[in-house]
Formats: sequence, C-alpha cells, structure tokens
Amino acid sequence: MLEVLFIGLSLGSILLLVALGLAITYGAMGVINMAHGEMVMIGAYVTVLSGIWLGTNIFVAIPLAFIVTALLGLLIERVVVRRLYGRLLDTLLATWGIAILIQQAVRLELGLSFFGIHIQGLGPGLQNVSVPAYLQGTFAIGGSEINRYRTFIIVVTAILALTTWFIIYRTSLGTQVRAIIRNPKMAAACGIDVTRVNALTFAFGSGLAGIAGVMMSGFKTVFPDMGTSMVVDGFLVVVMGGVGSLLGSVLSAGILGEINGLVAAGTNDILARAVVFGVVIAIIVLKPKGLFALKGR
Amino acid sequence: MAVDRRRFLKNGLLAGGSLITSPWVFSTGARAAGEIKVGVLFSLTGGLSIIEKSLHDATMMAISEINASGGVKGMKVAAVAEDGASDPKTYNEKASKLVIQDKVPTVFGSYTSASRKAVLPVFEKRNNLYFYPTYYEGFECSKNVVYTGAVPNQQLSNFIPWIIKTLGKKKFFIVGSNYIYPREMAKVSKILIEKNGGEWIADEYLELGHSEWGSMVNKIKGSGCDVVLSNVVGDSVVAFYREYKNQGLTHDKLPICATVTSEIEIAAMGAEYAVGSYTSFPYFQAIDTDINKAFVERYRAFVKDPKAVTHHALESSYFQVFLWKQAVEKAAEITPVAIREAVKGQEFDAPNGHVKIEAENLHTYLTPRIAQWLPDGQGKIIDAYKEPVIPLPYVAYGETPTNLFCTGKGLETSKLNKT
Repeated sequence: MLEVLFIGLSLGSILLLVALGLAITYGAMGVINMAHGEMVMIGAYVTVLSGIWLGTNIFVAIPLAFIVTALLGLLIERVVVRRLYGRLLDTLLATWGIAILIQQAVRLELGLSFFGIHIQGLGPGLQNVSVPAYLQGTFAIGGSEINRYRTFIIVVTAILALTTWFIIYRTSLGTQVRAIIRNPKMAAACGIDVTRVNALTFAFGSGLAGIAGVMMSGFKTVFPDMGTSMVVDGFLVVVMGGVGSLLGSVLSAGILGEINGLVAAGTNDILARAVVFGVVIAIIVLKPKGLFALKGR
Repeated sequence: MAVDRRRFLKNGLLAGGSLITSPWVFSTGARAAGEIKVGVLFSLTGGLSIIEKSLHDATMMAISEINASGGVKGMKVAAVAEDGASDPKTYNEKASKLVIQDKVPTVFGSYTSASRKAVLPVFEKRNNLYFYPTYYEGFECSKNVVYTGAVPNQQLSNFIPWIIKTLGKKKFFIVGSNYIYPREMAKVSKILIEKNGGEWIADEYLELGHSEWGSMVNKIKGSGCDVVLSNVVGDSVVAFYREYKNQGLTHDKLPICATVTSEIEIAAMGAEYAVGSYTSFPYFQAIDTDINKAFVERYRAFVKDPKAVTHHALESSYFQVFLWKQAVEKAAEITPVAIREAVKGQEFDAPNGHVKIEAENLHTYLTPRIAQWLPDGQGKIIDAYKEPVIPLPYVAYGETPTNLFCTGKGLETSKLNKT
C-alpha cells in the first residue's frame, strides 16, 4: 500500500513539476502558453547535449537548462507574447505556432540537416540520457522498496515549489507579480513596471519548465514530441487548482496524482486516466474557478 | 504580343498532338526515359519518423545500390519519396498520389499497421503493389501487398517454448501497448503458453505513447509472475525498461522477454537498463556473418552516422527492394500484376540469411532468432532456427503449414469461422 501511495505522490510531483511554470505564466499573466511543453522538451535536450558535449551529469544540467529555457522564454516574450497581452485566444494560437517551430528546429537539427551536417544529440530520433548509478534502483524504508529516481523528483519538485512560493510571497518582485495578477492596470498605476515584471515572470516560468525537462529526461523518453502531452496535464492541474493560486496547483497535482495511482493499482492505467479527466470535469463544473479561486473585485 | 500568342497556340497544339498520337505515354508512364519509377512512402516527420526515417534510408540505400550495379533490366530505378507524416490519412493521400499521378508500379512503405490499413484500399482498388517491411500481427491476406517482416508465428512459436523449456519460466505477465498489434500478439502467446504447459496470470495494456509506468511495474512486482512478455511499442519501451530497473526488478530474476524492443530502443534507453533481457526477431545487428557486417558498414556510411544501428524492419526494408528487383527482371512486363506474379517464390540472401516469398500468401520465410541484450547495446544470439520458417499470418486462428488459410485465391473465410 505504501508503494501505491508513493507512486501516486510521484505522479503528483511530476504533474506539479510541469504545472509550476504554467501556474505562473497562465495564472499570473493570462497567457495560454502552448509552447510550455516544448520548454520541457528543450530542458530534456539540454541534458542530452550537455551529457554528450560537456560530459556533465544530470545535476549540472539543472541550472544549465534553467538558464537556456529562461533566455528562450524571455526571447519569446519580447518578440511575440508581449504584443498579445489581454488577447487570451491569440496567445494560444501564437504559442502553439512557436511550439511547432521549436519542435521542428530540434528535429531538423536547427536546419543544419539540410546541409548534411549532423549534430549528435539532436534530430528526430530517441535520445539517451544516462542517470548516475546512485539514482537508479531502490532503497528500503519500513519493508517497502522506494524508487530512488522518483524520490529525487519529489525532492526537486518540493524545492522548486518552495522557491517559487518564496519568490512570489516573500520578495518585492513577487509582491509586484501578485499585484499584476489581481489587476494589471491598477498595478501599473501604482508605479509597477508591468512590462519588465511580466518579462521576468515569463522567463522564470519557462526556466521552471526547463528543469522539469531535465527531470523527465532521466526516466522518460527524450524526443521532439515529448512535451506535447505534458502541456495538457499541466493545464489540467492549473485549471483545477484555480488560476493564479500556487497552493491550488500543489494540492490539485497531489490529488490527481493519488487518484491516478490508486485507480491504476486497483484496475488499470487506461481507466485511471479516464477517471482523472472525469474528476477534473466534475470540479470545473462544480467550482468553475477551481479549488482555490482568487477573490477579485 | 501577337507573336507570343501564336507561339503559345503552336506549343499548345504540339502538346495536344503528342497526347493524341502517343497514348502509350500513359500506359507505361513509369518507364519513361529509361528509368523505372517506384514509390517510397514512410513518415519523415511526426512521432513515427524516429523509426520510419531509418526504413526510408534503408530503402533508398537499396535503390542506390541497385542503380550503381546497372539498374533493373538496364533501367535506372527512380525513387519518388513521399512523407506519410505519421498520419494514416496522409498515408492514404500520398499513396493515391503515387499510384494515380506518378503511376508507379510498386510502392515500398509503412511501419505501423494503421498506416498499412489506410493505404490498402488504394492498392486493392487500383490493383497496384505495396511492399511492407515491418513485423506485424498477421490476420491480413491481400493480393496487393508483399509482406517481408515477421508474422506472429515467426516471433513467438520459437520464443514461448524456449522461455518455458530453456529459461524454465512458467508464469507469464503479458504487457503491451493498447492497439491491434500487441493484442493479436497476446492472443497467439496465450495459445502457445497453454500448449507448452505454462500459464499467463495477467494481460495488461497501456496507451500507445504512454510513458508513466509506475503503477504497471508495481503491479508486475506484486503479481507473482516469473517472466514478463512485453509487446510494448515505440517510445513507451524506454520508460518501461527504466522504470523496471528503478523499481528494483532485475532481468536475471524476472526477465523481460520482448517482441518489439530492438537496437533502436536499447540505444535510447541506455543499454544498462536492458542487460540480460531477451528479444525475439529474425534479424539483429549482431548477426555474425560477413554479409551482415558489410551491410551494417554500408548503412552507416550511407546515413553518415558511424553509430547508427540496424534493426529488423530496417533490414526488411533493404532486402525487399532486391526481391522486387529480381521479380521485375523475371516479369515479362513492368506492371504491378506481373511483378506480383513474378515475386512469388523469389529467394534472396539477405543480411539475416536466406529469405523467400511464400507463393500463396505473399509473406516471407524468415529465420526466428532470440537474443539476450549485452552491456554494449547489442544482442547476443542465443537461439536460432537452422532454417527459415514458413509465414503463417493466421496462426492465432489455427493455421498450419499444411493448412494455409491465405492462398493465392484469397482468404478462405470458411476455415476462419470454424475456430
């Protein structure tokens, strides 16, 4: 039973890992960032490439992926998203286009494959990320075998969630972000540089996705399409938790993860997935603003 | 302006005249200018391009080798390559384009059963010819498709008895991706398991492309099985083997015996996760013959990647072009029907050994082999049939070598209904 609960916790932490960045970009900025999954994918490829070309392991890849995807996020915000604030559906379409561009860039090895140049670690194929031996296998707690890599993911997710909480609720930048969530125009009137804060927020959200990618690369398959399915799960978590609420995202990720784990253990994974979607639909119908909606005026 | 219009009219008349005076251009369009056009239809984009690109490359390599050695009947083979885009609908459109517009007498293509089923109506309606290189679930009998990959009896009829007798494992946990191929493979497996005195204790599926294996592996752990039979397909394979090791399962105690895990997936997951597990295929890159070693070298040179791996469907993509070439040379005329008649019984020394097209069901005689995966990502072949085995696409329904369900006349449905 402990193992089943642990798997549920692990599923929840993976959901949260992807949803954290979305909770910020979608929750705080009202941007439906369809390219979020591609940021996860880029993070995974940073792990692959740094492993091949720098010979470094997965720990070095974490800050590296954060920097790369944050910069890419900043670029996307500056060039595209900035012009679309307040146009929710347009951001959906534009970022979806960006997602396809990023996927193809990886698949075509940044276009170099047209010239017959092959970059090891890019291209349409599956990529291999090696995981240090001490993160493979299990360790024993109270007679149960606990999966090391999943424990590693849970720890990293907890650290990231706490860091995000600290930044949003305990720094002056975070106060500005929260002010913008409540009312961007009023925040601007109070002297907050909304464009600058938005750019930083978007970059931070993208950076979190990059770290999620590093963690995914260690036990899932790395290939150009890997992010597409993750972004759907991420939105489920954010919408169910309540847009703009960090605590809501944490809780809904935990709930969905445990439901998935328990139903899968009792029946099978296909049914578990259906039940998860059913729960999300029920919650959105009963509480349209999610579990923890912000009370706005 | 007047001159231009006159010239335009003249050209138009000439073009029209040539259409009227030379109707043969249409009937033998595929043979224009001393070359013979063939279609090559694999996904170069989308999720399946991971594997299908390598099948495309192997086909192109075979064509370029044929051209380098003088072509077919003195004609160059010109490949018309199309992209199936990992989408059955696109496959259907591109197949129609190749058959109707390009008028090719043969198309080489498809990896998934979904894409094959999508193009099947095109080839049957136009009586054209399709060469399909992938191992698949059987249960198909088309006069317009030549199947050069393994069918279930060529992957399982050696594998299951071997697991039970040589490995001494009797309790099977069958796991697969949730679509037709793994389900048909499971059906054949169960028949063979029961026939050989084993038992299966679970038959579970996960969505295609699903990569969250936590619950399933935990279930395997608690099931009391002593061997796992995996029909998991595609990128899920990598996540499966990784989760397997991460939950503390080892292949020496509880081995995964797979029908799909090939050199490509092993390279992607990292060989340490698969060491000691088994796969059954007619072809492995590790086959220790000069012809195969030379093939691997040529393939690596062709794709300019010194680390590229070869695998079963890739090898079939390669040798089926040569079977086609022999058939064209034998055929009196270059039409799909003549090529099909000529390909019956064709034999070829492929990298995996001797192959032959069964005249009745147009499937291929292949040599079943079992390999155990080594730390370098290569298989060590530990069991192989001495000679190729007859393909039986309806083995799950009682087909035997002496009682074929699929013959040159088509499928004998009466036999199917009896079982």
